[in-house]
Amino acid sequence: MPKRLASSLSDEVLEHVFSFIQSEKDRNVVSAVCKSWYEIERWCRRKIFVGNCYAVSPEMVIRRFPQVRSIELKGKPHFADFNLVPDGWGGYVLPWITEMAGAYPWLDEIRLKRMVVTDESLELIAKSFKDFKVLVLASCEGFSTDGLAAIAASCKNLRELDLRESEVDDSSVHWLSHFPETYTSMVSLNISCLGSGEVSFSALERLVSRCPNLRSLKLNRAVPLDKTANILRLAPQLVEFSACTYSAELRSDVFSNLAGAFSNCKELRSLSGFWDVVPDYLPAIYSVCSRLTSLNLSYATILSPDLIKLVSHCPSLQRLLVLDYIEDSGLEALASNCKDLQELRVFPSDPFDAEPNASLTEQGLVAVSLGCPKLQSVLYFCRRMSNAALVTIAQNRPNLNRFRLCIIEPNTADYLTGEPFDVGFGAIVEHCKDLIRLSLSGLLTDCVFEYIGKYAKKLEMLSVAFAGDSDLGLHHVLSGCESLRKLEIRDCPFGDKALLTNAAKLETMQSLWMSSCSVSFEACKLLSQKMPRLNVEVIDERGPPDSRPENCTVDKLYIYRSVAGPRFDMPPFVWTKDEDLALRLSP
Amino acid sequence: MEGGLVLLGGGANGGGSGGSSGFSTNESAMSEASSYPAETELELGLGLSIGGPTGKINKASGRILTAKDFPVPRRASMNGGTPPSVTVSGTKRAADQSVPHDSGSPTATSQVVGWPPIRSYRMNSLVNNNQAKAPRAEEEHKGINEEEEEDKAIKDGSKLKKPNENLGHIGFIKVNMDGIRIGRKVNLNAHSSYHSLASALDNMFLRSAGAEKQQLTMPSKLLDGSSEFVLTYEDKEGDWMLVGDVPWMMFLTSVRRLRIMKTSEANGLAPRFHERNRTQRSKLI
Repeated sequence: MPKRLASSLSDEVLEHVFSFIQSEKDRNVVSAVCKSWYEIERWCRRKIFVGNCYAVSPEMVIRRFPQVRSIELKGKPHFADFNLVPDGWGGYVLPWITEMAGAYPWLDEIRLKRMVVTDESLELIAKSFKDFKVLVLASCEGFSTDGLAAIAASCKNLRELDLRESEVDDSSVHWLSHFPETYTSMVSLNISCLGSGEVSFSALERLVSRCPNLRSLKLNRAVPLDKTANILRLAPQLVEFSACTYSAELRSDVFSNLAGAFSNCKELRSLSGFWDVVPDYLPAIYSVCSRLTSLNLSYATILSPDLIKLVSHCPSLQRLLVLDYIEDSGLEALASNCKDLQELRVFPSDPFDAEPNASLTEQGLVAVSLGCPKLQSVLYFCRRMSNAALVTIAQNRPNLNRFRLCIIEPNTADYLTGEPFDVGFGAIVEHCKDLIRLSLSGLLTDCVFEYIGKYAKKLEMLSVAFAGDSDLGLHHVLSGCESLRKLEIRDCPFGDKALLTNAAKLETMQSLWMSSCSVSFEACKLLSQKMPRLNVEVIDERGPPDSRPENCTVDKLYIYRSVAGPRFDMPPFVWTKDEDLALRLSP
Repeated sequence: MEGGLVLLGGGANGGGSGGSSGFSTNESAMSEASSYPAETELELGLGLSIGGPTGKINKASGRILTAKDFPVPRRASMNGGTPPSVTVSGTKRAADQSVPHDSGSPTATSQVVGWPPIRSYRMNSLVNNNQAKAPRAEEEHKGINEEEEEDKAIKDGSKLKKPNENLGHIGFIKVNMDGIRIGRKVNLNAHSSYHSLASALDNMFLRSAGAEKQQLTMPSKLLDGSSEFVLTYEDKEGDWMLVGDVPWMMFLTSVRRLRIMKTSEANGLAPRFHERNRTQRSKLI
């Protein structure tokens, strides 16, 4: 008897202790200690993250974790962002919602990325989860404003509705008006992806005025300037705001109204949007600039002089997204003004023109790496680079943890020496010991992969395009990068040998994507046979891979580990070793 | 199989097994299936077939095309493991390597699917920005008239691009078909004519994958009014029009999205020939 009491007390104590452990990784470690800890932990796990929705089935998740309140799911592979994954590939959320509707009545948070969400799924969410609070649909598609109307109408405690970069079909329903007049709980609303027809401005104003806890508001593009000022005056407590279309010419009354509205917003820390902004209006935001930590100007066609002026008003900036209009001179100004900068993303204003339309080179990045001691995360599009610059950047900033460089023209060499960038990226991985994400570009041989395999021990995600000479390159990465989770490759001469030799490695990773490489269908079948816990999916719209000559290479290959076995929702253009040809060809 | 490691240690001796040979076999198979044999001959005649099967461009497979499909000799080493000494046009390479062919440097990047890696959300925003800008001074290329372009457009996408620099940005647009829940996206950059586009759509929607090859050479019924479906598009002003009335180039600059509509429902649309009934703004979706 005393024994049982002791053990039940310690269960409660353990559960209480576990409640302080929030990180997924730590929770997983805790559950592996012993059987009783596994049991206790699984009953009190509240938050689940599934990086690949096909790695596990909803039934399995529910069986192990019966009391989940918050779930995050990701569907399509990353390269789907660049149209490399055909429509209809998969990533449907409905099976998950259906299962969870029954099992998790208290589910209150759903976060999805790159998934296909239908109106039916949204209606099911609205109906099934009484206390639903958070819906984040990042880069999702398949739903319309009908589904949003259902959410608005039923979710009385909704706090967060974030549709970032999703594709929403317009069903002509005034969905915003479906929030009842009694609804006041909105904290974060992001509808920047919606078109003008899909948002009724008066409904939006009424909503904003009755939600006193609103902290983050990202409006859609077509809201005119005077309306912007009105909204801001209704919500001076905002911390994050996405501003909208600026009118064509400066009108002093509109300007002062806007400037006044911004000056009321003492809590504002993050600004974005700025589509079609006219530089004359920029001073309207100067009153908030000194407190800004995040600024996204990557949709704004503002040129370098105005950008420099703006940036010089923002000494607290930690995160800047901008177009290459900022130029090297602007980045130098950034480097001298913004000593707290942690993240920089520079996008190309005209990616398809071989001639640069802005004077942005490797020098800008070098300047920032020198001037900003806290810089950790870089995404940089440019047209020329040198190994010397990369080495300098690596030496200046060994604290980099995300480095994504895109030299726009494939196979571009070092403009000073004509060499490949093996040495430059080698320096990056050698000096930046905490690097977890890396994207390569430019002319690269197998050597760079040797460096990566040797030094990039903490690397979790690697993106490779138009690089390497042979299977050795791939082999170096697969055999050397101990922490590798996601590897995505396109247009590289990597083939069967490296893949089959490193088959076991693939099970330690989340996924591998290879498109326009040199892998044969035979090798895919062999790999699939050898590794039953890998799903080896060939994406090929040309027809059955079997029907082509034996050594023909597959178009695209997506390999991921899974405990759920092969999926049942594969479209006709996805082929696995088990495909039944007769079933395929019948309509 | 583990013995493969020894080979790898010995140095780069080629890409995937059978990559090169497999590739050329594939190429000939694709050439047979091409519905544009004339263009194929043109391309081969100009010696542009290095590194990629050139016959694929007009093959109406709905397949997402990659750098391999375009006659720019990119990386031959992609499939053969040869060292990167093959010059690629538009590449800023060292002086010791010559540029053998001049299809125009701006083409290379705009023709590769998914490169540079910019999300479509951002890409659409760039399109809007660039359309608002004044056209840059590329006057020297504007002399090419439209007919010439349609003939040559397949093998030399640069000329496709120059008269309207926005063309390089159009890329993927949505296509929906009545009765089918899931829409698709089609890459307009990959097509140089209505025929090519309609064949691709036929393949995407009206046939299952694994289509018989002979159907690829038949002209699409979508354009001639003989099928129960008709191809329509929404233009920049939000009007729905029948596809095929305006020159291909003009179509490219104004199309926003496509819809394969049942012929019976298409009554309210602008008539096929000459007359435009712009007062009809029927919201068909």
